[in-house]
Amino acid sequence: MSRRQKENLWRIIIATVLFVGIVLLPIDGIVKTLLFLVPYFIVGYDVLWGAVRNILHGHIFDENFLMALATVGAFCIGEYPEAVFVMLFFQIGELFQSIAVGKSRKSISSLMDIAPEVANVLKDGKFCEVFPEEIAVGDIILVKPGERIPVDGIITKGYSDIDTSAMTGESIPRVAGVGDNVISGCVNMSAPIEVEATKEYSESTVMKVLELVEHSALNKGKYESFITRFARVYTPVVVVLALLVAFIPPIFVGNLTTWALRALSFLVVSCPCALVISVPLSFFGGIGAASRRGVLVKGSSYLEMLCQCKTVVTDKTGTLTTGKLMVTDFDNKEAVKIAGSIERFSSHPVAKAVANATNAVFDMQNVREIPGKGMCGVCDGKDVLVGNKAFLEENGVKVTGKGTVFVAIDGKYAGGITVSDHVKENARSAVESLHKCGIEKVIMLTGDSKEGAEAIFLEAGLDEMYHSLLPAQKVEKLETIMQKSSGKTVYLGDGINDAPVLKRADCGIAMGAMGSDAAIEASDIVFMNDDIALLPESIKIAKKTVAIVKQNIVFSIAVKVLVLILTALGYADMWQAVFADVGVMVIAVLNTLRTLKM
Amino acid sequence: MKKVFKLDEVDCAVCAQNMENGIKKIDGVESAVVSYVTQKLLIECDEGEMDRILDEAQKVIKKVDPRCRIVR
Repeated sequence: MSRRQKENLWRIIIATVLFVGIVLLPIDGIVKTLLFLVPYFIVGYDVLWGAVRNILHGHIFDENFLMALATVGAFCIGEYPEAVFVMLFFQIGELFQSIAVGKSRKSISSLMDIAPEVANVLKDGKFCEVFPEEIAVGDIILVKPGERIPVDGIITKGYSDIDTSAMTGESIPRVAGVGDNVISGCVNMSAPIEVEATKEYSESTVMKVLELVEHSALNKGKYESFITRFARVYTPVVVVLALLVAFIPPIFVGNLTTWALRALSFLVVSCPCALVISVPLSFFGGIGAASRRGVLVKGSSYLEMLCQCKTVVTDKTGTLTTGKLMVTDFDNKEAVKIAGSIERFSSHPVAKAVANATNAVFDMQNVREIPGKGMCGVCDGKDVLVGNKAFLEENGVKVTGKGTVFVAIDGKYAGGITVSDHVKENARSAVESLHKCGIEKVIMLTGDSKEGAEAIFLEAGLDEMYHSLLPAQKVEKLETIMQKSSGKTVYLGDGINDAPVLKRADCGIAMGAMGSDAAIEASDIVFMNDDIALLPESIKIAKKTVAIVKQNIVFSIAVKVLVLILTALGYADMWQAVFADVGVMVIAVLNTLRTLKM
Repeated sequence: MKKVFKLDEVDCAVCAQNMENGIKKIDGVESAVVSYVTQKLLIECDEGEMDRILDEAQKVIKKVDPRCRIVR
């Protein structure tokens, strides 16, 4: 509890004891009335003062003013215990709300407790402790076991297990050694390592992630805007109703006191606190639950989008597939050995896959790479060509087999090698869960040829696919899909080359985006690792969050309207009105706390 | 430029709303959000004007809740 909360708690306790004592005191008349003022002022002085100040500043319809008016009104009519009780109950509610909000804020920020506090930087041959903000690019940092890596960098010394779970949600530690990139916010587990900083603290992944999550609550969604608008209209309307109730009926039936009391009850109900607090708090909880799983949501509106999503559009490489190319078929083992030996010299992904397919290494001379076509060289006195079909045909070789890469030895066709990507193990089950979460269509967009795309399409169990698309065509295709979709459309990609598509979709999700600023920038939701199963999980979180928000909205408004009607008819008095205000707020906040358990 | 500040502390959600509305009206402010849940203030404005705007924002906040201040 903060100092302010403790102070308020004591005021409430003292006032309650006094209040009960005075009620039980066997005296009557003016003395008792005056005595009631003591607990009233103890518990309500700040409300009264706030009301006076707000009137001076022109903020009429705030809760302090309403509470002050209602309780002062009750005093004037002679309902002394009610006045004190209403103020007391109001303050109890306020205290509870402040504790609950503080608690959930804390539990969410502790999830994101990934910021390193100090770092050991090498200065003049010695490691000294500095704040992470002081690290410059190029500094050598010592990270001991159990410490967090303060900034993004490259390991220059040592070999250790790195726990990336706080950043990626991935529970298996990653083994990293000299030359490997490490991300800030991860924990070094087994042995000391030295890291050369490649980014400053403010540019490092950990800061980017923290900023993103912290700012998310500042990005309001539709429900929050609705509540803001509602609150602006609701309070003045109820106050006007209160005036009408106070003065119109007495003209016809008399009994001004009764009607004035009912009007005061109206004022007590007129604060929209329950809604104004519980809606953003629920979204904050939902966003917190998502970030615990390595899903960063940039604002509550994107949780709403996920909840209304009916169509999922995905990229192929790196999203549905592992993105790692492998040799999947060949017709001549010798050709693979030869090709592997020469492809070692290239950094093209296809070449790398071929090189990884064989252990045999033949001696190669005069190796040259012709970009976009292939490689040529001399092995054992024979000319070797390895490349695509067009490349071999240009050189007078007739290609007779199937494959991605073809091999020719001494001008003669020697064989074809098929290199392809493979579907992620859990892609199919993820697509099934998406269908179960109410997604009508899962559609793949890819720049790949028909053959490659079709195999993935069947294996992952998708609903539709479009292949051979240029990047610009992907946006056009997405637009037609969005028009046909019965709900919102989510685009899931790896954030490389598909920034325009990510931006165009109702909700763009970049996956495996660790360390890629461009992807984090372009997307609305970021998956810290490349696990496609996070999508159905995020949709479930979004649906639960929105359900809780709706429950709170409906419940709060329903109870308030009901109590207003009952009060006007004379069936409810100020006690029920206080419940409709404070009680409803407490229940709504308690309901909100369920988001923390997701 | 967008910048986020911590608030110490916003007492109620309606107060946060009132502060936000007030800060939005300050000359030079492109957008402003006050979040009761995170106790944060986001201001978007021209970088050179930030100091002046923060001073004015502090005044607006003080009017709503005299105990609340912007942590700079």
